Parts: sequence; structure tokens; C-alpha cells
Amino acid sequence: MALGVKSRLILSRLAQALPALAGIVVVTFILTRALPGDPAAYFAGPAADARSIAQIREQLGLDRPLPVQFLSYVTDLLQGDLGRSISTGQPVAEALMQRLPASLELTLFALLLSALIAIPLGVAAARRPDSWVDQACRLLVTAGVSLPTFFTGLLLVYVFYFILGWAPPPLGRLDLIYLSPPQVTGFFTIDALLDRDFATFRAALAQLVLPAMTLALFTLAPIARMTRASMIQALGSEFIRTARASGLSERRIVYTYAFRNAMLPVVTTLGMVFSFMLGANVLVEKVFAWPGIGSFAVEALVVSDYAAVQGFVLAMAVLFVLLNLLIDVVYTLADPRVGMEG
Amino acid sequence: MSQSSPSVQTGLRITRALGHARYALAANPVTLCAVLLFMFVLGCAIFGPMLAPYDPLQTNGAMALKAPSWQHWFGTDQLGRDVFSRVLVAARLDLTIAFSAVIIAFIIGSTMGAVAGFFGGWSDLAVSRVCDTIMAFPLFVLAMGIVAAAGNSVINIVYATALINIPFYARMARAEVNVRRNAGFVHAARLAGNSEWRLLAVHIFPNTLPPMMVQVSLNLGWAILNAAGLSFIGLGVRPPDAEWGIMVAEGANFIVSGEWWMALFPGAALMLAVFSFNLLGDGLRDLVDPQKRT
Amino acid sequence: MQRRDFLKGVGIAALSSGVPLASIPSAWAQAADTLVIAIGSTINSLDLHRPGTNRPSYMVTVNIYDRLVRFATKALPDGSLNFDYNTLEGELAESWQIAPDGMSVVFKLKPDVKFWDGAPITAEDVRWSLERAIALGGFPATQMKAGGLEKADQFEVVDDRSIRVKFLRKSKLTLPDLAVPVPFIINSKVAKSKATPQDPWAAEYLHRNPAGSGAYKVERWDPGQQIVFVRNEEWKAGPLPAIRRIVLREVPSQATRRALIERGDIGMAFELPPKDAKEISEKKSAVVVGAPIANCIHVLNTNLNFEPFKDKRVRQAIAYAIPYQQIFEQGAYGRGLPMWGGKSFTPTDIAWPQPSPYSTDYDKAKELLAQTEFKNGFEVPLSFDLGTADWGESTALIIQEGLAKIGVKTTIDKVPGANWRTMALVDKKLPLHLENFGGWLDTPCYYFLWAYAKGNLFNSSNYSDAEMEQLINETLPMEMSDPAYAPKIRRMIAKAFDEVPRIPLWQPSLESGLRKDVQGYSSWYHRQPELRTMKIVKG
Repeated sequence: MALGVKSRLILSRLAQALPALAGIVVVTFILTRALPGDPAAYFAGPAADARSIAQIREQLGLDRPLPVQFLSYVTDLLQGDLGRSISTGQPVAEALMQRLPASLELTLFALLLSALIAIPLGVAAARRPDSWVDQACRLLVTAGVSLPTFFTGLLLVYVFYFILGWAPPPLGRLDLIYLSPPQVTGFFTIDALLDRDFATFRAALAQLVLPAMTLALFTLAPIARMTRASMIQALGSEFIRTARASGLSERRIVYTYAFRNAMLPVVTTLGMVFSFMLGANVLVEKVFAWPGIGSFAVEALVVSDYAAVQGFVLAMAVLFVLLNLLIDVVYTLADPRVGMEG
Repeated sequence: MSQSSPSVQTGLRITRALGHARYALAANPVTLCAVLLFMFVLGCAIFGPMLAPYDPLQTNGAMALKAPSWQHWFGTDQLGRDVFSRVLVAARLDLTIAFSAVIIAFIIGSTMGAVAGFFGGWSDLAVSRVCDTIMAFPLFVLAMGIVAAAGNSVINIVYATALINIPFYARMARAEVNVRRNAGFVHAARLAGNSEWRLLAVHIFPNTLPPMMVQVSLNLGWAILNAAGLSFIGLGVRPPDAEWGIMVAEGANFIVSGEWWMALFPGAALMLAVFSFNLLGDGLRDLVDPQKRT
Repeated sequence: MQRRDFLKGVGIAALSSGVPLASIPSAWAQAADTLVIAIGSTINSLDLHRPGTNRPSYMVTVNIYDRLVRFATKALPDGSLNFDYNTLEGELAESWQIAPDGMSVVFKLKPDVKFWDGAPITAEDVRWSLERAIALGGFPATQMKAGGLEKADQFEVVDDRSIRVKFLRKSKLTLPDLAVPVPFIINSKVAKSKATPQDPWAAEYLHRNPAGSGAYKVERWDPGQQIVFVRNEEWKAGPLPAIRRIVLREVPSQATRRALIERGDIGMAFELPPKDAKEISEKKSAVVVGAPIANCIHVLNTNLNFEPFKDKRVRQAIAYAIPYQQIFEQGAYGRGLPMWGGKSFTPTDIAWPQPSPYSTDYDKAKELLAQTEFKNGFEVPLSFDLGTADWGESTALIIQEGLAKIGVKTTIDKVPGANWRTMALVDKKLPLHLENFGGWLDTPCYYFLWAYAKGNLFNSSNYSDAEMEQLINETLPMEMSDPAYAPKIRRMIAKAFDEVPRIPLWQPSLESGLRKDVQGYSSWYHRQPELRTMKIVKG
């Protein structure tokens, strides 16, 4: 019965997302049409004359009135057709599907890295609030979030690749000598492991480290802060006092009881950070020549590639909505109170 | 206590807050540092152009790409311009962009949010939908799109940055107002014959300001980073104006060839400014929301 | 079981994330017969004829398709090769014969040339391909037209191995125009089998699936990432290339490209920015090869549709107020050839490009400006294409400073690539801007056609002059050996110098960095890497 309430809750969350998605479809359409520059002139190439530009405008359907263009865009969209990128000539949906795993792998890896550093930092800070440990953590994570990611990225490349030679060249997902592993998940590291190809696995991992570090550094702050806050709350709560009074070891109290109870808001924060990262890694992808959807979007924007920009934004929006939904679901399932209130 | 007029109440609250501020600053050296750092950055923005030893726009063919020295503390760039002067002067433009964007976002966002939170109904629905729509965009890409579509200028960076920040204020204001709209002091004021709009503007809204100020401080840093990111992909401030983001972006191409100072110093200035805003925001949060600290 | 292994693996990945870097050798292994090239731009199609195919994609067509004829190469002093505009050699054509009346030419195909699928190349394939270059419109059609190739019935199959190209009028540009990248030969049987009523020229198919006969085949194309070429072992249209596999990797960051070539992780960094070319050649961390781009000049264009620039004296004043030397040092880093400080307003030879008679002289500039109604100066935006920022930005800033000295106040406007084309070249509405046109066919008249004739794309200064127009039309078809040619060209150059709608700055160089074991680089007017001459030497 509780599940019934919860699934209804999930459905209503989905319904809430629909107007936002519709808004996005309209806004991106208008925004891309407002981009200056004439894609027809651009794609007619050098030495084109007015006639050949008009020809191309007609081919691209750009000579029709805007409402007609919008209508045909929405019709295609409803059939799952995101249109065709005029710059790569490929269907947008296909390009996004090819590139999405690259972005997701980088973002997830960065999130993992970030969480592995930030959560212990937050716990350490929470155990002795206002101590030097707390202050040092605060300084560190704030410094991380104060660095522009493209600057960090370039600096890391310079130090670890150019000067020290520890990192492989920043050439995307794999060194040239390796072939991409047979596709299962689209994540090179996981696919390589499934294929039991450890050399490729290491190579893919090595490529991931610098961009992931760049992103992770930027996202330590929210995770560490949330961990600290919720740990402090948990450590100050009744049941911890009871546990202390009953003589449990400090280690056990902190890591088993307090930590477990503090994790729920942290998981929510992780979700938010993930969607933020996915949007923010545009610049990191550019620095590391990472073939993700972010760099795809930048390229498309510069050449006024309508379909590609619209497809990218829409895909991201859908991803965000699904992610938020997922977080809500996890929250709902994990927290017994939510169901009752709904 | 319930008899005291709102002004006395506010006065009391201010005294209490100041006392708390002194206590918090003394107890928290990091926040103190942040305040000092913020003053310093602000000082650069105000007095920078007067203090700069060189004309930040003057090129000098003979002095191109010189490493830092006593003559040029931060070295010179590819056109022989003094990097130190440029970093100093850039503070004003960067802070102007950040402040104007955040102020615009604050005014629009908090008004929208307050109205939505107080009146509810269709206004709430409309504001929530608008916010949802903006938030569902990848924000940086939305800003990119706006600047690309509207044209490459400082004012458009400000608008784009403001727009992507509006939902944060709107949501926050909505929540804060919503919590208070049925509070005792509001009922009292309503019975005293205040109109609904007056209730909102005079009695409720001021109470939401402290948490909003925290958001403002944190957003300032983000606004600067946002402008810098736009510069990095070629959208943004026009040359020859000095701006930290564009200086880092341009200097980035010179790191590999060994001219690290062109990117490092503006990068450090950028980081310092964002750092101070973030620390300050943190400190303010401690003041405003003491229960977040034990 | 599998699942457990998998989870264990993930755990290990997480734990050792910081570690494996150290054990990666810095000089990562590379197969000996593979050349890796870093390029800065994106390849968006494998078919040059398709509308929307961008410039960098031309390199694919250059290397994977054959044409009837090609330009020969000659050695440069630095050991690299340069194309030779004056010598045509057969590629698919074994020989060609101009008709006695001079109004057509018959090409005879080499007997042993075959497409990749083994089918022999026939005259019908050639005819279909040439027609396609015109039929799909856009840039290819315009380029064909420049050589007088405009109508499908100009191409006529004589027999299986002979094709006649009929001329609408005699022009010295027709044969060279068949050697440019555009008229490449496609396997028409394959293409036709993929054609549809909506797409009779199989543009959809050939966009991703080349069907040709060239020295390299596309082994793999990951759009936005890389393209891999593998040698066509059966290639008979020229000497078999030395390198078996070539990987072109897209690396958008200019700094990264430099780091890669300096560390020797790649074999070649194509198109180095001038600063990198200068420093790498000084440091000798890689071999810098290249040459000034034929028939190309970086210019500052004044737009005659805007009031101040309608007056010739204002344009001349601008030309005297440019700090040329400083631009050449800080914008071009000394790479290329100066195009200012020439001796005279009346040229003695027809070499093109040649230095203009202007040099930095603020007094003269002020004097000229004082004669006009703009003696108190004026304000004007100075625009450049964001895509050319590596030289454009410094150049624009220095020009801004120079013009300020004579009271001309400029605001700098960076225009993103997509808008550039429209604003500068199509609508021609930028008052003052940097431009860098280069003519594919290396004759002065061809440059003037595009840059000084009314309405043509690269005449973004809206220059219009009846005498110039007539001179261009007369010289265009004329043989360069014609005694009337040189005087006319000299007159054109003199006019261009005097009226100066385009203010020449310098002739740019196209340079690339090669790892020390890589050789055989050749420079081309089309500014694309020619891969067929490249080789890797051992040791």
C-alpha cells in the first residue's frame, strides 16, 4: 500500500517535469533562431554566391516561416527524431548517443573521485567543528571551487604531462595505440574490464585521471559541506548520545551509526552535483579533447547548428529531469516519512 | 514581547546580529581573513586604475613576453603590456559584471519568489514553472547561447549571468516567504490594517534578507567564474579591455611555451576574488544560520 | 561469478585511481608504420561536393580521391616540397590532347587504374563525377565555374578510356582548375546504386562512405575525434605512399598540439600558429616546415560603403598609420613575407603578392586626413574572425593603437565563425576588418577577380571600378605569356596600390611541426596536408 502512494508520488513528479520540458523545447527553438549569422551562408562554403546560398537555405528548410519550422521540429521530435546536425551531417540523436557515454563516464568518475575525497574531509571536519582540521578543510574545498576549471585543466596538463610526463597526452578517451573495447556499456573502463583487457583498462583509466581531477576539485565543496553539516547534526542527535552513554567505541559511533544516518542528504547532494557537473564539463572537455556532448555543443553553437544545439539542450534537460526523479525516488524509498506525507 | 513594535524588534535583532558578528569573527579567523580579503579585492576595484604603474592598454614592442621582474612585477604579455597593471585594472570590470549580474538576479528573482510564496495560486505556479524551465537547462550552455544570440558584449554577459541565477533567488525567496506568511507577527500586522502588498514588502520580505545575502555572496564568485568561462570559449569581453577570464584564456596558450605568468597571475587574482566571496558567503551563513554550526 | 569479478574490478579502479599514471611510459609506443597528425579543426564530411562540407574536410578528398591531373611538386630550400603551379602531371589521365581549334581537350585514362572495389575507372565515371561537381551547387560549382566549367554537356564520353571536356571559352584557368581538389573522380556505379529520387547524386551515402580510387582509404571515421587512413596497396595513379596508416586526431587546444609535437608524441602538428612555429624552430624541439601561402595576403579591408572610406585619401591615411613592423613581429612573429614598404606606386613586375608602397608614416597620414572632412578623426569598429584570433587579435590591437595616433578611434569586435561569413563576406557590412583571402589558382588576375571585382565574395570592401573590372575580364582567360598580359596586370596592381581598398599587411606562411623522423611534407595552395608524400625514416 505504501508503495502505491510512492509510485503515485513518482508519477506526479514526472507530470511536474513535463511543462519544464515543453518550455525547454520552445526556448531552445527561439534561442537558436536568434543566433546571428546565417548557417546557409556558412555551409555554402568559401566562394559561394547569393544563388548557391539560397539553394542551401532551401535545402535546409530555412526559407520557411518560423512557425512552420517550429511545427515540423516538434512533429519530428514527437517521432523521436532530433534532426540532423548540419555541420557533421549525422543524425543528432546518433551523435548524442555516441558521445553521451564519454561524458557520463568522465562525470561519474569525477564524482566518485570527488566523493572519495570530500566525504572523509567532511566527516573529519564534523568531528571537531571549528578546529584547525575544520578550517583547513573549509579552505581547501573553497579554494577548489574558486578555480576556473579550464585553468586547472591546463595547469594539470602542463605539470603532469608536459613537465613530468606522468600522464598520457590529453587526447580524449584512449591513447592511440589502444583500440576501443567492444561496446557494452559505452564506458571504456568497464567495457575493457568486461573484455578482461587490462591494458586497455589502464589506458582508459589513465586518460580519465586528469580531467576527472579537474572536475572533482571543483565539486569537493558542496559534498564536503553537506557531509559536514549532516554529520554534525547526526553526531548531536539523541541516539548518538545514547550510544556514547552505552559505551560503544568512538570509531563505531562515528562510522557506523552517525555516518549511516548522515548519508541521505549527502546522496541527494551527489545527485545535484552530478547534474551540475554534466553541464559544467563543457570547458573541461574542450581542454582535454574529450569527445563528449559538451564539446559537441560548443562546436555546434559556434556554427549556428540549430538541430545539434537543440538536441543537446533537450537531451541534457531530459537527463536532469530523470536524475532528479531518481534522487526523489531514492529519497522516497529510503525515508519512511516521505511516503506518509505524500 | 508581542507588544513591541516591528521597528523595536528589528533594532533588537540588528544589535543582536552585530554582537553575534563580532563574536563569530573573533571565533573564526577564516571569516576574518575573508572579510579582509574581500576589502582588498574591493580596494583594487576602486583604486586599481589609480595605482596601476603602467597604462594597461599601452603596447610596447620592445618589451613583449618579458618574465616578471622589478620593473614588471607580473611580467608583460605578447604585446608588451604590463600584466600587473592589467590584473589590477581588471578587478573593476570583473566585480562590476559580477555585482550587476547578481543584483539584477536578486531583484528579479526575489520579487518573483516573494510574490509566489506569499500569494500562492497561479502566481506560484507560473514562477515555479519558469524556474523549473531555466533550471532544467545546462546553465553554462544557456548562458553561452544567450551571449552568442544577443551579441558579444559585457552587458549581455551580465544579462545571461543574471538570468541563470534568477531561479536560485526565486526559490529561496519563495520558501522563506512561505514559511513566514502565517507567522504571528504577520497576523498581527494584518489585523492592524496593513494591505497584503505592504505586509509582504515591509513585514515579511526584510526577514528573508539574511539568508538571501548568503546566496548573493556565494553567487558573486560563481558569476565571475561564469564570465571567465564565456571568455575562454571566445564569448565575452572585447579586447583590449582587461578582464581576468579573458587574460587567463589568452595566457593559457602561452603556458606550454613557458610564458606562465600571463595566465597564472590573472588566474590567481580570479581565484582570490572568488575565494574571498565564497569564504565570506560561508561566514555569513554562520552568522545568519547559527544552528548550522553546532 | 561474473558479476562479482566485475564489482571487484570497479573497486580496484576506485582504489588505485591515482596510481597507474606513474607507470605509463612517457614515450608511449607507436607502431612504426603509423603516422599520427594533430589538427585543430573538425572534419565534418568525407565528400567535398556536399553542401556544408567545411574547409578542413577538403583534406580527406585531397588524399582519398584521384583527379584527372595534379600539380607537380618541386623541392624548397628547407628540404620540404612545394606545389608547382606551372607543371601539370597526369593522375588518372595518362595523356591529354587539346583540339586544334583550342576549344576542347580529350583526356586518355591510364590503363591500369582501378577503384578500391577493383572496378576499372571508366570515362563514364569521370563524366558523372565532373557533372556532380557542378550539379550539387554551392562552392564546388563556383570553383568549377572559375575555370569555365559550368554545364553538364561540356563533359562527353568518347570511349571507355577517353573523355572530352569542351570549353565555353578559351581560358588559361581551365586545365589548372581540373587539378584543384573539387573535380575528384567517384566510383559512379557504387554511388548510383545508393542514389534515391530525392538524392540523385548519393550525397547522403558518399558523405560517410567514400567510393574512390585514391592512395588512401578511410579505415575509420569518428566524427569530432579522428579519422584513420590506410594505404591503398593497389594504387597505380602515382608512386605508392611510404606510410601505411595515418591517424588524424582532432586536438582543439593549440597549446596541447604544441606540447604533443614538442614531446614527440605525434608525428606532425598541422598548421602551427606563427608564434609556435617561430619558437619550435628556434628550440629545434621539432622540425618546422612550410612556406608562404601562394596568392594569399593578410589585409586590412576598408569598406567603401561607409562614409569615411569613400574618400581615397582616408584609406591612404589609414594605410600610412599602420605599425607594420610591429604587427609583423608580434602578430606574425616574423613568419611570412612583409607586404609593405615597396619601392613605388607603379610596379615594375607582375609578381603577386608584392609589397605595397605604404609604410608607417604618421605625419603623412595626418596630412592626408587633414585634407578631408575627417580631419578631426572618426570612430569605427575594427572586426576580425574569431577563428583567426591567433594572428588577428594582436594585429587588431596594434592597428587600433596606430590609428589612434591619427585620431581614428576603433573598437575591436571579435566575430564568431558562423557570423563572420555572413557579415563580412556575404552582406559585406563590416566597415573595417581583417581578411585573409588566398587564391587557389596562382595567378594575379585570379586574386583580383575574387578580391577586387564588384560583388565577388572576397571583395568585402565593396570596391567597384569599371577599369579594374575590364582589366580583370581581359586578363583572366589570357595566357600569361601574352605580351599584353603584364602591362595590364601592372596597371591593376598600380590601381590597387593607389586606391587601396585592401591594405596589405603580410603574406602568411602555413607551417607545420614534424617529429625528427618524419619527412616529405609538401606545401599546397589549398592549405591542406598532402599525405601521399609523407614518410617516416628509421633511426
